[in-house]
Amino acid sequence: MSRPLLLVGLAAATLTLGACASKPKTLPPEPGTAATQTTQPPMQQNGPVPGSQADFLASVMSDTVLFDLDRYNIDASDQGILQSQAQWLGRYPNKSVTIEGHADERGTRDYNLALGERRANSAKNYLVSLGIDPSRVMVVSYGKERPVALGSDEESWARNRRAVTVTVN
Amino acid sequence: MKLRMLVLAAGLVSIPALVAAQQVAVPTSAAQPADEGLTGSVSDENEWQDLGIAIPAFPTNESVATAAEGGTTEALGRNVARVVFNDLKNNGLFKPVGPDQLPAVGFPQVSAPVFSTWRGRSAEMLVQGFVKANPDGRLTVGCYLYDVALGSELARQGYVVRPEEWRRAAHKCADMVYSRLSGESPFFDSKIAYIAETGPKDRRRKQLAIMDSDGANHRFITNGQATALTPRYSPDYSRIVYLSYLNGAPRIYVYNIGTGQQTLVTSSNNPTFAPRWSPDGKFILYSMAVAGNTDIYRVSVTGGPSTRLTDSPGIDVGGSYSPDGSKIVFESDRSGGQQLYVMNADGSNQKRISFFGGRAATPEWSPRGDQIAFTHMAGNFKIAVTDPYGKGMRTLTDSWQDEAPTWSPNGRIVQFFRTERGSGKTGIWQVDLTGRNERKLNTPVDGSDPAWGPVLP
Repeated sequence: MSRPLLLVGLAAATLTLGACASKPKTLPPEPGTAATQTTQPPMQQNGPVPGSQADFLASVMSDTVLFDLDRYNIDASDQGILQSQAQWLGRYPNKSVTIEGHADERGTRDYNLALGERRANSAKNYLVSLGIDPSRVMVVSYGKERPVALGSDEESWARNRRAVTVTVN
Repeated sequence: MKLRMLVLAAGLVSIPALVAAQQVAVPTSAAQPADEGLTGSVSDENEWQDLGIAIPAFPTNESVATAAEGGTTEALGRNVARVVFNDLKNNGLFKPVGPDQLPAVGFPQVSAPVFSTWRGRSAEMLVQGFVKANPDGRLTVGCYLYDVALGSELARQGYVVRPEEWRRAAHKCADMVYSRLSGESPFFDSKIAYIAETGPKDRRRKQLAIMDSDGANHRFITNGQATALTPRYSPDYSRIVYLSYLNGAPRIYVYNIGTGQQTLVTSSNNPTFAPRWSPDGKFILYSMAVAGNTDIYRVSVTGGPSTRLTDSPGIDVGGSYSPDGSKIVFESDRSGGQQLYVMNADGSNQKRISFFGGRAATPEWSPRGDQIAFTHMAGNFKIAVTDPYGKGMRTLTDSWQDEAPTWSPNGRIVQFFRTERGSGKTGIWQVDLTGRNERKLNTPVDGSDPAWGPVLP
């Protein structure tokens, strides 16, 4: 299963979990992608505005966690991603996020709305378990309405079963 | 636009008088050119589907200007006959021959057909009618069904309509013919709400739209700026419930067609989706996710508190009332994958009915009560039907992804939408209960989530 090639960057690895740290912060490399991943040097000059969506993307391991078919559990790699998001939220206590839950196209519309809702809430619940105030985390489900991968194949469906964290001003 | 019910004169009384005054025994011009006409379609079967039906243009007593399509009552008469012909032909019903392949008939012949002419054309049934302008600007359309072999009249009706509603008279005529010959309930004079889709797969523009059962009178209701999904017509066609992302989050709105106003189905801050009407139009079923868990709720159309009908930790979603309103079939993944369950209307006595292998979703109870249509997900997504006890499951379609069935008002046809693998393009299709006559409906753009309303009164 392939994971999205998001800008993981070195910045995420050097962050500390701070007050939220209850999990080991050494994160295993993503299987399959490490070999092809070109290390993105963190932007040194003209970096993103602290606390912005760009800063969020540059700071966290990923804005996206992926789910297995019809599942909504947060696995170990998802935990690492969400921990990095929790760190960022810890640094910017005035910021809120919306978690967008999605399903692949291979489901019926109503059920997929419910499933996206369940996935977004799973991610939210994990952030809350790390100490993030639930009032800072909104959720919205898009069901199968907003695919990010456009193919009708297993790889695309795996990429579309996701919860994406987006910062809110 | 107003959805005022038209004044439907039960023609049994009024039409004979209208026509009788004109009745003259006019001999036909025997010199009918042998154009396309009816070809030899008589089969040994007595199945009504094989009946050859001739539908010549409906003449007028006097051709005068009308606001209806065609501009004159004479041109309108041809258009009415075309609509009757297309209703029957497009649904694979009978073997109709329309006005463009048949000679014209005179106004006096409408109530006194020259059967010998039609026997010569191998027509077994004959539909004739007339169009007449009334002094008040409305139109009277008469519709007659004759058995050519017997040389006798089987049925007649008359309809008084405003010019802009002329197609309804034609649909009523087609309904009369269909009902009289098949023994089934009518369905042509009805409407469909659906979602019109345009744009690329990852940025689909989805608009609420409505149309007549034959695709005519198409109208977009929303402009597509907010994604609209899963509409359902109220039983009286006055309102549509549907899902909209109007303020960024999925919520069910009740849209009033007459006023153009819409209201939230419930004031809750939780997402609501999968709306359905009760058969009497007094209640709306909806699904609501609270902290990620989706259950089914019922609320009065007039507002007030909602009643929670399910409380399983799984996803309970959708729901469709039996026609008598006593039961609800819905979908739940409480046993693992999506399956069909039936419960009493108050939420009691929930029982799984689907044990077909694969998953089963989007159940819709037939208006006749004897069947439930659903999406069967086992490899491909197929439209299937079962009885309310989960017995006698039959698959009606087999494509890559067919889903979301909706019933014709008489429970003989199932509409659904089909998604193309890869492109994600969608279209509205229908198939009859026997699995025959599968066809795609003509819509201006792609279409999904069809919802067929009842027959208009």
